[in-house]
Amino acid sequence: MAVVSSRGQRIGNLLAIAAVIVVTFIMLAPIYWIVSTSFKPRNLATTNPPTILFEPEVSPFVKLFTKRVQLKPKEVVDYENAPWFERLVFDGGERITRSGKGEIQLSGYPDRFINSLIVAITSTLLAVSMGTITAYGFSRFKVKGEADLLFFVLSTRMLPPIVVAIPMFLMYRAAGLNDSHLGLIILYTAFNVSFAVWLMKGFIDEIPKEYEEAALVDGYTRIQAFFKIVLPEAATGIAATAVFCFITAWNEYAFALIMTNRRAQTAPPFIPSQIGSGLPDWTVIAAGTFLFLLPVAIFTFLLRNHLLRGMSFGAIRK
Amino acid sequence: MAEIELRHIEKHFGPVHVIKDVNLTVKDKEFVVFLGPSGCGKTTTLRAIAGLEEIDSGDILLDGKPIQGLRAADRDIAFVFQNYALYPHFTVFENLAFPLRAVGTAKDVVDRTVRSVGKSLGILHLLNARPSALSGGDMQRVAIGRALVRRPKALLLDEPIGSLDAKLRETMRIELKRLHYENGSTSIYVTHDQVEAMSLADRIVVMNDGVLQQVGTPTEVYLYPANLFVAQFIGSPVMNIAATKVSEADGNARIALDDASFDLPRELLGMLEQKQAAPDLSLGVRPEGVIVSRDDKPGYRPAEAHIIQPFGGFDIVDLKFGEKTLRARTSSGYVDKPGATVFARIDPAQAHFFDTRSGASLGIRLGN
Repeated sequence: MAVVSSRGQRIGNLLAIAAVIVVTFIMLAPIYWIVSTSFKPRNLATTNPPTILFEPEVSPFVKLFTKRVQLKPKEVVDYENAPWFERLVFDGGERITRSGKGEIQLSGYPDRFINSLIVAITSTLLAVSMGTITAYGFSRFKVKGEADLLFFVLSTRMLPPIVVAIPMFLMYRAAGLNDSHLGLIILYTAFNVSFAVWLMKGFIDEIPKEYEEAALVDGYTRIQAFFKIVLPEAATGIAATAVFCFITAWNEYAFALIMTNRRAQTAPPFIPSQIGSGLPDWTVIAAGTFLFLLPVAIFTFLLRNHLLRGMSFGAIRK
Repeated sequence: MAEIELRHIEKHFGPVHVIKDVNLTVKDKEFVVFLGPSGCGKTTTLRAIAGLEEIDSGDILLDGKPIQGLRAADRDIAFVFQNYALYPHFTVFENLAFPLRAVGTAKDVVDRTVRSVGKSLGILHLLNARPSALSGGDMQRVAIGRALVRRPKALLLDEPIGSLDAKLRETMRIELKRLHYENGSTSIYVTHDQVEAMSLADRIVVMNDGVLQQVGTPTEVYLYPANLFVAQFIGSPVMNIAATKVSEADGNARIALDDASFDLPRELLGMLEQKQAAPDLSLGVRPEGVIVSRDDKPGYRPAEAHIIQPFGGFDIVDLKFGEKTLRARTSSGYVDKPGATVFARIDPAQAHFFDTRSGASLGIRLGN
């Protein structure tokens, strides 16, 4: 540790800090753009020069979740008795459409968002658990043709997935998996499992096999040793793998676009589809994008300790 | 009561024959040390007894019952690993309780047993610590505690103190010996350190290349090595070994080592004849068997002192008899400086004779 820092070192430190600030600013600018746009009134979203200071409002989120129509000229609305969120819509010159029974009609977004959650969470769980068990097998047992098998597993990632999109589409249609949650879950699990095997193999290789052997002589079966010793030790790796698998499944666009259209459609193909319908309301698109950012951010934040913690913090001397 | 018996154990790792027809009986409450250079098969043998390694053929018997088909969990044998293998996500208490919980021990019994083991090992104050917070010695105590906690039939230790520093190793060695006195569990201990082996063992099993070289008490193995390998592996500094020819001269048996020759009692000739010794003989004599004198006496041969290594309690002096060097042990400072001329003879009682080709000891003991 430097006890006395010279003038040159201090200037160097200041420059480094300045560089970090600039880089951080550049990195976060698009995020700020999306977040700020999602709280802007519609007329401020596309001003030039951009509006930096404005009074934030939540109308984009109300619009995001509801079906609306333009108010006809001279159409009269019951402004006084409308709930607060509907007034925001009225202010924008629109009204929320209602069913025959008077219930508010929701937009397509909430369902797409829930679809994204179902597909991403399920496929992540499947890919990580299958990947972990497979990696454990490769790591701990003599497997005939281990290198070839591992290469085969990895090779499934070498082809750009979109190359097989059309045959997959035809197969899915024949199998009745088109536009179904199960179809996307299978697809994303298959994407991710090869990646999970390789990542988890690295982590499990790092866990000294003496831990399990100790458990074996301590009176446990191999499967008990796996659950009681290996899994807790691999928690860091599992967390990292899960984050990567989740991000891949959550962000996947191309297959979701081709394989789904309504029932099982996820958020990524839905959000841009809104740009094409009529004059785009950028504030609503920004609101949809902002909410779409949150799960990955929250998931990563929750697992940050596991992601940061070093692998070998244990009681093995090397 | 736990007796371990190995019968005709064979084991290959691919093309490598790591254990070759090993036969051994470890008696109840005995402390046996497997000693040998790395790669000699001692750890593999130990792991095979524990059930961590399968054997190709042979029988492993525990109290007369074959156990080679049982899983490690069902053998009731505890194992202490060289790297301790303490579960890092458990506290010391949980580490010690882990084997008890495997068999569904009641909570209060677990508590009581862990505390009593913790007390006997002096780690009570560490029960809530994580292994990563412990010193090497304490980790080792916990590892041994975990092995002892369920009172196994046998305790296997694989170089348990090999990674500690020298001073701590000495302390732990004594502690291990005390634990063995107190618990009396049948123990097999693997090490490549002959000092550990000598100081701990009831019997030492010297292994090399997957073959048992000699089984005996530390004194037997030191005083009567069965072959050249054991003779050179045990003892520090290492035993002098030299090719030799024996002839009759002046009513004595004269042994010639290149330029030097020494006289030994005449009875050696008869013994060699009786053993039908091959002409290629090797003489082995430990440094303390080379008797050094400053004055020329009958039977002593002149030599030039070469390298002198002081060890505090004694010196080790390289003596040059022409081209031939013998290493001798003298009292401190007895030979004052390199280049000095001294006189030496070989103590007949400490002379060992080996068949150079097979390496086997001829079992000749002169004097006494």
